[in-house]
Amino acid sequence: MKIAIIDYGAGNIQSIKFAIKRLGFEAVLTNDEDEIKAADKVIFPGVGEASSAMKMLRNSKLDTLIPKLTQPVLGICLGMQLMCAHSEEGDTTGLSIFEVPVLKFNNSLKVPQIGWNQITNLSTPIFSEIKELEYVYLVHSYYVAECDETIATSEYGVKYSTALKKDNFYGVQFHPEKSSDAGEKILKNFLEL
Amino acid sequence: MLTKRIIPCLDIKNGRTVKGVNFVDLRDAGDPVELAAIYAASGADELVFLDISATEERRRTLADLVLRVAEKVNIPFTVGGGISSVEDVDILLQNGADKVSINSSAVKDPDLINRLASKFGSQCITVAIDAKLIDGKWIVHLVGGKVPTELDLFEWAKEVEKRGAGEILFTSMNNDGTKNGFANEALAKLSSELNIPIIASGGAGTMQHFCDAFLVGKADAALAASVFHFKEIEINDLKIELRNNKIPVRL
Repeated sequence: MKIAIIDYGAGNIQSIKFAIKRLGFEAVLTNDEDEIKAADKVIFPGVGEASSAMKMLRNSKLDTLIPKLTQPVLGICLGMQLMCAHSEEGDTTGLSIFEVPVLKFNNSLKVPQIGWNQITNLSTPIFSEIKELEYVYLVHSYYVAECDETIATSEYGVKYSTALKKDNFYGVQFHPEKSSDAGEKILKNFLEL
Repeated sequence: MLTKRIIPCLDIKNGRTVKGVNFVDLRDAGDPVELAAIYAASGADELVFLDISATEERRRTLADLVLRVAEKVNIPFTVGGGISSVEDVDILLQNGADKVSINSSAVKDPDLINRLASKFGSQCITVAIDAKLIDGKWIVHLVGGKVPTELDLFEWAKEVEKRGAGEILFTSMNNDGTKNGFANEALAKLSSELNIPIIASGGAGTMQHFCDAFLVGKADAALAASVFHFKEIEINDLKIELRNNKIPVRL
């Protein structure tokens, strides 16, 4: 199986590579259009700030490539947020795979949310054998509200989407590569789709 | 519900753990990677590696260690000690660290916080603050708490937040090493005055101390070293006790 991790200069990619390796797979880090198109699974990571990450995607023309991909694609953290229509972070447009906005957490909360929170209302095979109210690791200041594409929810001041799905596109707000055994299982489920 | 985090801290010198650890099941008690994996499996929510080496090669040794930890460990970890530039942070994050912690370098060059936050995002920048209560005032100290500054803990913490820190690791020098509990009054004040998570450090001796840090000190996470290294407190037992006290934890 060919697994491509999209390389556009955003954040902690090493941990995803290692997590995939622990599961017995190999992944390549790439920004090459043909290599990404040819992959069986594509992982779209992201750590950092939304508007500058979108700039990096545009510079490497990945912003037009990603929405056209047909194999399973998994956006992680900022990757998921960039798959949405717009983000309040740096007031930027996104890839509009999910036609929903990314909003900032209310100021009455501690922001960023850092730590382990529970996921519930789980659906789709990527949560196969994952129990309701499982704990996952999250670090984020912006969120996606509940919507038609929601496949997992969490609560932090508001109920929000911790995972999204539309067609072949999946997005998770949490870091499966840092969410202990449950996270690795979710990653494995995705790789085995 | 967001849970409170329990964070074992490992002191590292030249790529090895220093503080004596009492793990009979360890093949190599000095190997931080093996120790980290054990903590991850035993329910630690996060790990902190604090590098105290002072050699020429320390940057490379630490970067290598981070890579080895990232390869084996599936929970988040923070690296601190001697980090003073954007380049230092870049290599550590690239090698798989989730967060870095800066301390003295932030006091000497506060703008470093802004530069790091804008390049890497606030979420991966922890500012560690060591402070000592002197004549009723919490004074920020440097060099592992040895050198006093002019800074007031609460003013400095607010500045650090404004400059883009994502989290504060507060160590009370009055409590550190005493095993008499955390500095809950100062913690509670930090927690109410700031809008970013606060990690409590210094003074853990009993499970009750952790309960107090969360219930009285309003901390978001609690860090300790020796009580975990010497198995005086098992993380799983601690979390059961916290849950019995209605403190949300990952169990």
